[in-house]
Amino acid sequence: MIEYLSSREFLILFVKMIAIFGGVMGALAYTTLVERRIMAFVQMRPGPNRVGPYGLLQPIADGLKFLFKEQTVPGSANVLLYYAAPILSMIPALLSFAVIPFGPELLIADVNVSLLLVFAITSLGVYGIVLGGWASNSKYPLMGAMRSSAQMLSYELSLTLSVVGVLIISNTLSLSELVRSQQGTWLGFLPKWNIFLQPVAFLVYLLSGIAETNRLPFDLAESEQELVAGWHTEYSGMKFAMFFLAEYANMVTVSALATIMFLGGWNGPFMGGPWWLQMVLPTFWFVLKIAGFLFVYMLVRATIPRIRYDQLMYFGWKVLLPLALANILVTSFFVAVL
Amino acid sequence: MIELLFFLFSAVALGSAINVLVQKHVLYSSLSLILLLTAMSGLFVLMQAEFLAVINVIVYAGAIMVLFVFVIMLLNLPPDEGGDDRLRWLKLIGIPMGLFLLFMVGRTVWNVEGTPTAPELSGTAQAIGASLFTDYLLPFELTSLLILIALMGAVVFAKKDL
Amino acid sequence: MIPLNWYLILGAALFLLGMLGFFLKRNIIALLLSVEIMLNAVNLTFVAFSSRNGQISGQIFVFFVLVVAAAEAAVGLALVIAMFRNRETLNVDRSNLLKW
Repeated sequence: MIEYLSSREFLILFVKMIAIFGGVMGALAYTTLVERRIMAFVQMRPGPNRVGPYGLLQPIADGLKFLFKEQTVPGSANVLLYYAAPILSMIPALLSFAVIPFGPELLIADVNVSLLLVFAITSLGVYGIVLGGWASNSKYPLMGAMRSSAQMLSYELSLTLSVVGVLIISNTLSLSELVRSQQGTWLGFLPKWNIFLQPVAFLVYLLSGIAETNRLPFDLAESEQELVAGWHTEYSGMKFAMFFLAEYANMVTVSALATIMFLGGWNGPFMGGPWWLQMVLPTFWFVLKIAGFLFVYMLVRATIPRIRYDQLMYFGWKVLLPLALANILVTSFFVAVL
Repeated sequence: MIELLFFLFSAVALGSAINVLVQKHVLYSSLSLILLLTAMSGLFVLMQAEFLAVINVIVYAGAIMVLFVFVIMLLNLPPDEGGDDRLRWLKLIGIPMGLFLLFMVGRTVWNVEGTPTAPELSGTAQAIGASLFTDYLLPFELTSLLILIALMGAVVFAKKDL
Repeated sequence: MIPLNWYLILGAALFLLGMLGFFLKRNIIALLLSVEIMLNAVNLTFVAFSSRNGQISGQIFVFFVLVVAAAEAAVGLALVIAMFRNRETLNVDRSNLLKW
């Protein structure tokens, strides 16, 4: 094993891990700033622009604030689970980035069931919420945690079923293979993206993804007007920062999966140029598409009102799930006939 | 390298199985069972059954155990008090007899011929799907009926007023 | 390559631990958890034999075991809720009204 650790391929892997992890953490920190600015612009106010030029040092100020805050533990809380819940929320959120292909060579693990692996890891993220709500031993977190985990379980079904249409077309579960099957164009100008073949699946996936990450309009579990702050009411300081980062990491994971499955991943219109440009361009197109999705997330948060919990459950079970199943039926009919 | 991974996963599996039995509060037992399930998924990957490993996590650890944890939290149980005399005698005699049973089973199993007799198996989704939907189609359809029955049964049993 | 009998011994040990838990625990949810440990040990044995014989049927059987475990957990937990609602305790020793 020692000879593997000192070999050249492990060194390249290590550099890739540092690059992806560092890039993802930096992107998460700045996503919080971008969200606050976009919501502020929609609400006709400037947003955070004092700390550094255009507010660019705001995430660093936020990080310092979280580090210096007092860490309180409620008196009758279950201390072991109280400390374990943010960790259990953060680990699955960051682990999915190990199998997402950021470029033709830029992925850490090329597993041939990587799509299902990402779903497995996000389904483990429910435990952080449930345990965080229960360990705080107070009524708002408990109610928020129960609602949130019931919502996440329900929308996981339509999330995974909406993907089956894409799987029928591309015949592979591996994320890097999915991206490669969308290279090239039809008729010279229309890229071979799966969104043109599976529009209904894309819509169902997007809505289930927004519900899965507990974002507006589906965030009744952590709404400010009703539940103080949901399952992370009693958390302060760095533990709250971990929940916060885990939520944004889940958002980025859902967006990354949506671009890989429906929008072509790291494929882009222009891939040539000198060698250093060719190394950077696929990642650039990928990040551009993810940024587009995140923009849609934040616009939706700023404009659409929150829906009630029973309407949310109705929507998940009686609208999205039958739509996903019908999509599978129609897709398999077309694939069998054509 | 692969032996190291096997020992790691089996140590985690055995440790969490023992923890399931030892803990007094049943919530900690179910969390240890989740750890056991992830260790089992690791062992499945070592045996080239990666599709099954991921399905194990999605279905078992991600859905069934969430159901367990929900019920435990909603019922809000106190931790178990210590058993009575009969239980203590049962444990005192039962555990050595169980170890003896393990010794007997292990002695029988130790001589099983271990070298693979067939070409390498790949537990990909294509392989499992090809077999599941052709040879085992009838059991597959019957399991969907089974789940429907279990669903109806669970709804009826948990109702407040029948 | 890991010899087959290591996996079988591990499966036997896990099955034994589940069996001990099933006989020695009094909380009904702990009994259900011990049954899940036993089913997992059986899954491990199935996959070990499937990878040794090169046939995929072992893994198909694991699918069916998984489905049965899910159905049994759902119905078992519904029964636990019904039992708790009537009796306020989850100790199986207290449910002895049918004992002669």
